[in-house]
Amino acid sequence: MTTTSAPAIEVRGLRKTYGPVVAVDRVDLTVSEGEIFGVLGPNGSGKSTTVECIAGLRRPDAGTIRVLGLHPEKDRDALKRTVGVQLQSAGLQPKLRVREALDLFASFYDDPRDPVELAERLGLAERMDHPWRKLSGGQQQRLAIALALVGRPRVALLDELSTGLDPASRREVWKLVEEVRAEGTTILLVTHLMEEAQHLCDRIALVQQGRILVADTPDGLISRTAAPLVMSFGTELPLDTTLLADVAGVADVMERAGRLHVACDDSAVLSVLDRLRDAGVRPERLRISESSLDEAYLDLMTDADEKETVR
Amino acid sequence: MSTATTSPTTAMLRTESRLMLREPGAMFWIVLFPTILLSILGAIPTFREPDEALGGIRVIDLYVPIAVLLSAIMASLMSMPTIISGYRENQVLRRYATTPAKPTQILMAQWVLHGAGILVGSLLAMAVGRIVFDVALPGAPLAYLGIFVLVVLANLSTGGLISGLAPSTKASAAIGTVVFFPSMFTSGVWLPVTVLPGLLGDIVALTPNGAAALALDEAAAGRTPELLHVVVLLVWTVGLGSLAARYFRWE
Repeated sequence: MTTTSAPAIEVRGLRKTYGPVVAVDRVDLTVSEGEIFGVLGPNGSGKSTTVECIAGLRRPDAGTIRVLGLHPEKDRDALKRTVGVQLQSAGLQPKLRVREALDLFASFYDDPRDPVELAERLGLAERMDHPWRKLSGGQQQRLAIALALVGRPRVALLDELSTGLDPASRREVWKLVEEVRAEGTTILLVTHLMEEAQHLCDRIALVQQGRILVADTPDGLISRTAAPLVMSFGTELPLDTTLLADVAGVADVMERAGRLHVACDDSAVLSVLDRLRDAGVRPERLRISESSLDEAYLDLMTDADEKETVR
Repeated sequence: MSTATTSPTTAMLRTESRLMLREPGAMFWIVLFPTILLSILGAIPTFREPDEALGGIRVIDLYVPIAVLLSAIMASLMSMPTIISGYRENQVLRRYATTPAKPTQILMAQWVLHGAGILVGSLLAMAVGRIVFDVALPGAPLAYLGIFVLVVLANLSTGGLISGLAPSTKASAAIGTVVFFPSMFTSGVWLPVTVLPGLLGDIVALTPNGAAALALDEAAAGRTPELLHVVVLLVWTVGLGSLAARYFRWE
């Protein structure tokens, strides 16, 4: 159908506005076949709008989108047969039972997965006769994932994959996503969980205010940051974070759960300790760790924020 | 397990009909209630006596067409708008828009099922009328069927229009109820349209259910319905149908 070299998803110059609000602004994305591609960003950064445009639910104001070479609007029927979608906000008929929903969705596709097996994988086997409205949030979420994957889509768009899931079912969902990819499905994943992105994604795009800041592998993103280390410690009294902000080599200081987290480079570690001693502050339970995607994300986001204000 | 042999249209219709059968309330009001009302009125002895004021027919004869209209009103104003608004509010339509099924297939299924419910409710009323109260079956069955189809479409369009205009499911239910009472009045539930006096009768004859009530009475008696009633009903059906399509919203 398509040549192997063609990207599974190609987005060029996508722009979408709602009245005066620019939701998505000149977004370019290329997702190769068989890739798990993550889109990461704060709420309201245009992630879902991008997914909805790719799924053909919204018409872009500008730009082109191709999914497996198909145009989301003109080739709508062909697209819907090959793309599985999990939307961030979408419901089912309140009294539709889990088994019925799975069977109904399976009936839409030529070569569906076994609904029962899929339900078992997602921990829904005990809930097969429950109506949709009586499922918990996590169960509804797992059903949504099952419905997105039941048709063996060549491309799966998963918006907020594991929101509302407990850690155990999250792991189970991740395993399923990896298996689905191993069978050849390309996956575009929207998330705001760093751990999820780091665990699953081959590449990640960071989006902010409707734009893609950077797209790279998780390791690539971490190495881009100016602050590969994180010092964290508690203080007896609340500390003014500006005290450390101007130490050379410190990229970011933030307080989280009563502890200070200082993102910095190697050279700054001793200077930070000196500064604390001068101020008469004893760092308690000091830990120095390598930066995670989490820090890289915050670092890259803040950088972009500053550039924005300078402009 | 399902196979890909059923078309999405069939699959949606099957699913929606299953769901409709899980709403005993809706089924009661659409299928049973009109006949129950008919039976209660039929239990009143004077309603079973020929009435000079009605040109020699009995009150119960007039109430079979009214039961038909009542079923159509119940389905179109009380049941369907809240279901469709709910599907929109809970983003069910959106969900199906990403599958090979089309959201229009859910809507079509809703129209077809409510239409079928009205048909069953009407046949039940006619059967009970015939068997229990000796009400003759329509003397002009084709005309009766034609008017039936038009008035069902007019009412379902009203319901569609309500769900299109109402901002929420609750608003849909509220507007449905507000429209419900004048619709019952104009179809003659409280007083058959033929006996409404003067100007009031003339006005009611210009409403969709009023015109349909008169046309059904004529077809029931074996006469060709008056052209005016048919035209009034036709204009309403086309008008309400295009408004319903015009104001329909997916989200």
